[in-house]
Amino acid sequence: MGEAIVVTSGKGGVGKTTTSANVGTALALLGKKVCLVDTDIGLRNLDVVMGLENRIIYDLVDVVEGRCRLQQALIKDKRFDELYMLPAAQTKDKHAVQPDQIRDMVVQLKKDFDYIIIDCPAGIEQGFRNAVAGADKAIVVTTPENAAVRDADRVIGLLEKEPQIDSPKLIVNRVRPNMMKRGEMLDIDEICAVLAIDLLGVVPDDEHVIKSANQGEPTVVNPDSRASIAYRNIARRILGDTVPLMQLEDKRGVFGRVKKFFGMN
Amino acid sequence: MTIKGTKDGLIFLLDDQCEFEELLAELRHKIETTHQQILTGPIIHVHVKLGNRAATEEQREAIRKVIRGRGNLVVQSIVSDAPEPPGDARPRFRIQKGIVRSGQTVTFDGTLLFIGDVNPGGSLICTGDIHVMGALRGMAHAGSAGNAMAVITAAYLRPTQLRIADVVSRPPDEWGLESDATMEFAYLDQGRMEIDKIVHLHRIRPGVFDFKGV
Repeated sequence: MGEAIVVTSGKGGVGKTTTSANVGTALALLGKKVCLVDTDIGLRNLDVVMGLENRIIYDLVDVVEGRCRLQQALIKDKRFDELYMLPAAQTKDKHAVQPDQIRDMVVQLKKDFDYIIIDCPAGIEQGFRNAVAGADKAIVVTTPENAAVRDADRVIGLLEKEPQIDSPKLIVNRVRPNMMKRGEMLDIDEICAVLAIDLLGVVPDDEHVIKSANQGEPTVVNPDSRASIAYRNIARRILGDTVPLMQLEDKRGVFGRVKKFFGMN
Repeated sequence: MTIKGTKDGLIFLLDDQCEFEELLAELRHKIETTHQQILTGPIIHVHVKLGNRAATEEQREAIRKVIRGRGNLVVQSIVSDAPEPPGDARPRFRIQKGIVRSGQTVTFDGTLLFIGDVNPGGSLICTGDIHVMGALRGMAHAGSAGNAMAVITAAYLRPTQLRIADVVSRPPDEWGLESDATMEFAYLDQGRMEIDKIVHLHRIRPGVFDFKGV
């Protein structure tokens, strides 16, 4: 029996889809059988980020309305054998499905997969209720901005009312260590103090993320990017490993990096 | 007791010093005998004013029953100026813990001790005082029914907005918070929101529960 994790944020544009794609792929990298579910009906993006857009035949609404079997709508990833995704419909809207229908579908998926990562749409209306309906756990994504933290807080409040969901975990995305150091950006500690939930990971702002998303490839497959390491760490923490938070500031020069490479500090 | 006529109907001003039974007897007497003539005719609305008498629900019902004895008299209201009796069944003080997150509101008719944080976008609304053992980063409205003597205390007072009675105030332009502040409280001084250290609370709002030393 697998575990369903919903990735949500309230505010749009903070990186829910990127996080879903990368955390899901990282779990697959670690040998888990993973299914990504896009519940953003009408504004699907996950397929684009995963580079699977051109393989879609059936979608989530087709499954719910009985036009195809669940297995027919699942798309196998082009890089990993154990990674699948279920795309959202692009022509309908959030009212095309009901929370109960998503719940039933997730229950079915949990029989075949270790992890089901549910990408939630922005907002707190029907789309949100659909996405959280089948989830056992929740990841709240925020960025170090007041507006994003405010919305994350609102969403945490709503998630805490869902009886089947454990206490949500936090990912702070798009962190710029230098701005934080100068006090121009909300501090990680400040965000955690307000939201008062466990921190699952901190992902630095990284141009690789944008580049690889445009190429239809999750950053996490590229081991050079700092964001990639952050996502892999998050996946390991989901599996229960204790991984320390990544050192965000890279103050060391070339010499320092060489020393680090040889394990000299 | 006196009966006054207004354009809304009749006002019964009842004596608030005598025994209730005495009052009821007089009311019955007036309605059934002495004022019989003027109290007959078309439907008349009646407003009963009890003065400073604190009447129970049964006593109010007894008054209603006597007045209703005249078919054309309709009791619209029974008003007492007396303060709520101390043995009121409603709890006037509550301790609650948790986090009030954005979009959430805690309301209470009385004084609230909240153990936990109130985040930006969250609010506490109480008719009495509000005490927060935690960070108050959201909105707090004390004395929401109009009690200007209500106070708001917080272990960490960084609200987006404070309201006491009908005064609305926001930081930082209107009051100076100390950066190294320990617990502080907000109160109204001649209609202005003021912030002070918690040690001064007992001087500014003296009350029956003050510790006077032994």
